[in-house]
Amino acid sequence: MSPQFLFTIEVIANGLMAGVMYSLVALGFVLIFKASGIFNYAQGVMALFAAMTLVGIQNGQVPFSHLINAVFGTNIHHFGWNLPAIVAILITLVVMVLFAILVERLILKHLVNQEPIILFMATIGLAYFMEGFGDLMWGSEIKILDVGIPSGGSLWLEEKTIGWAAEGSNYYGMYIDKLDMIATVVAILLVISLTLFSQYTKTGRALRAVADDHQAALSVGISLRKIWVIVWTIAGFVALVAGVMWGAKSGVQFSLSLIALKALPVLILGGFTSIPGAIIGGLIIGVGEKLFEFTIGPLIGGATENWFAYVLALVFLVFRPQGLFGDKIIERV
Amino acid sequence: MFYRQAGDFKTSYRGDIQTFPLKQDRIGYYLVLAIAFLVVPFLLNDYWVSAVILPFLIFAIAALGLNILTGYCGQVSLGTGGFMAVGAYACYKLMTAFPEMNMFVVVLGSGIVTAAVGLLFGIPSLRIKGFYLAVATLAAQFFLVWLFNKVPWFYNYSASGQINAPERLMMGFAITGPNASPAARYLFCLVILVALAVVARNLTRGRVGRSWMAIRDMDIAAEIIGVNPLKTKLSAFAVSSFFVGVAGALFFSVYLGAVEVTEAFGINQSFLVLFMIIIGGLGSIFGSFAGAAFLVLMPVLLKNIMVGGLGWPTDIAAHIEFIIVGGLIVLFLIAEPHGLAQLWRIAKEKLLLWPFPH
Repeated sequence: MSPQFLFTIEVIANGLMAGVMYSLVALGFVLIFKASGIFNYAQGVMALFAAMTLVGIQNGQVPFSHLINAVFGTNIHHFGWNLPAIVAILITLVVMVLFAILVERLILKHLVNQEPIILFMATIGLAYFMEGFGDLMWGSEIKILDVGIPSGGSLWLEEKTIGWAAEGSNYYGMYIDKLDMIATVVAILLVISLTLFSQYTKTGRALRAVADDHQAALSVGISLRKIWVIVWTIAGFVALVAGVMWGAKSGVQFSLSLIALKALPVLILGGFTSIPGAIIGGLIIGVGEKLFEFTIGPLIGGATENWFAYVLALVFLVFRPQGLFGDKIIERV
Repeated sequence: MFYRQAGDFKTSYRGDIQTFPLKQDRIGYYLVLAIAFLVVPFLLNDYWVSAVILPFLIFAIAALGLNILTGYCGQVSLGTGGFMAVGAYACYKLMTAFPEMNMFVVVLGSGIVTAAVGLLFGIPSLRIKGFYLAVATLAAQFFLVWLFNKVPWFYNYSASGQINAPERLMMGFAITGPNASPAARYLFCLVILVALAVVARNLTRGRVGRSWMAIRDMDIAAEIIGVNPLKTKLSAFAVSSFFVGVAGALFFSVYLGAVEVTEAFGINQSFLVLFMIIIGGLGSIFGSFAGAAFLVLMPVLLKNIMVGGLGWPTDIAAHIEFIIVGGLIVLFLIAEPHGLAQLWRIAKEKLLLWPFPH
């Protein structure tokens, strides 16, 4: 096989892995959108917040230490412990549950029956709030997240593939990050468990009922508010998973919240209401932008990854507004 | 003297539909204009102009533009930063290509260029709406910023990739470049803002504005009663982009002087303007002003209190600012979806009856 061909395969493989990462964020969006019709812009910031909380708890950081120090002139930073990753993850989960309850109590309850676009803007406000809050709580410096996930290129794969190229060609094997592979496995597990949960448990069935029709669900005795808390908790959990994966990949920092913007075109491709759609949309975007950057990027100055996804979504929207797997949009006066 | 309607008789239709039907409002309006044009220029210093007043004037123009699109026509746009960049770069190209051109013509020209670009990105709005459209405008935002970064023609092949505003005179006074006096810059922006505000007010209460509002309230119903969605939506995009482009041109040439596109016209700028119209009031001319004033003044105020007054580090002040802005957005959407403009309207109604509310 020619090295050029192998390079292309490598690009596609890396694109698929990147796509999985986008899908992880997009999943959280789809869950909330299905159950409450809210397009949750804050999903990316939730991932950032979850990752920050995880790092903070793991390293025993004192929350709001900067503020406390500034107000009282003290100099505290750490409790002086280092928790094992699993304990920190559990505590972070509790924090995300609390967060879900607070969001329901303070925001969603008051915005029932508002137009979707108002709810969307409310979540933008929530995103800003959380961004400031997270930074105030844990500090805004770039943090290193280490929960024991291996990273770096996979030597095994490189050795395996180096023999594929023709003799004497300058080819060193495929480079695929171990972290990306683990993320793929995690994403697959997540999707399977979410599907099982929504198909075979009582709560899952209630979730689907709410997604189908709010009023009908209310009339058979499903508590809308309880469902919303559950949905936001699950979204918080997905955000935590996404935050851990992205955080381990590129450090816990502000740019993490921008992946929410990347998830938007993923959703448009896959459809806002379809979990498999989120995955496939993510893969298409991931492969598409890597291939575009690889083939056409050098001709027009590179860094096309910034906009390719959005323009692809834009073109796509014109032909199929409901996405690949979304429900058909029917409008009545 | 009370704030009263009594005794203010209207004898013509024109009198009845004027913008300020109350005599006291009219007096107040002319008074504000007179102070803004005749008194303020003499009180200005450099700090006030560059920290508060110029950003306020320029963002008010941008907010007016976005309010036309989002508040009046109901099409959410997250591409404001990108369109401002178009205005800025059009302004730069016009300024350098035609050094003799009057600055008013340059600014209007940049607005027209932006309107054309806005039309182009408005075309998808015919098929999609709501946050689907918001995503489509995100494409405009990222693509335009990337374009201005990557194509050297736009920044005249300068080594730094920045654009710098050369000095231009207006009636003998420098209004751009390093020698411009605060008062000259202020007056130049003020004239444009007042003119555009009058245009916006009259557009939105005329036939065009009513068709925009019909599309906003229910587009399918509007289509059935004979509002042409193609014309209406695209005209909203064009007019809105014109305003935003003018704001971008002023932001670059008069306010900053030198611009690096990703920094000055990033996605945060789009959100900032969107927040201005949410807090100020969707679908209100006054609201655009109120929102711009609020979001320009609040950070300055917070910074002065927390950094200047309490001596906290600047990063904490910045975080608290985020918290407050985000919290306020949610609060306004829950408690008063029509923003500061509605509060102002309620206050006026109460004042009309005060002190005998029954």
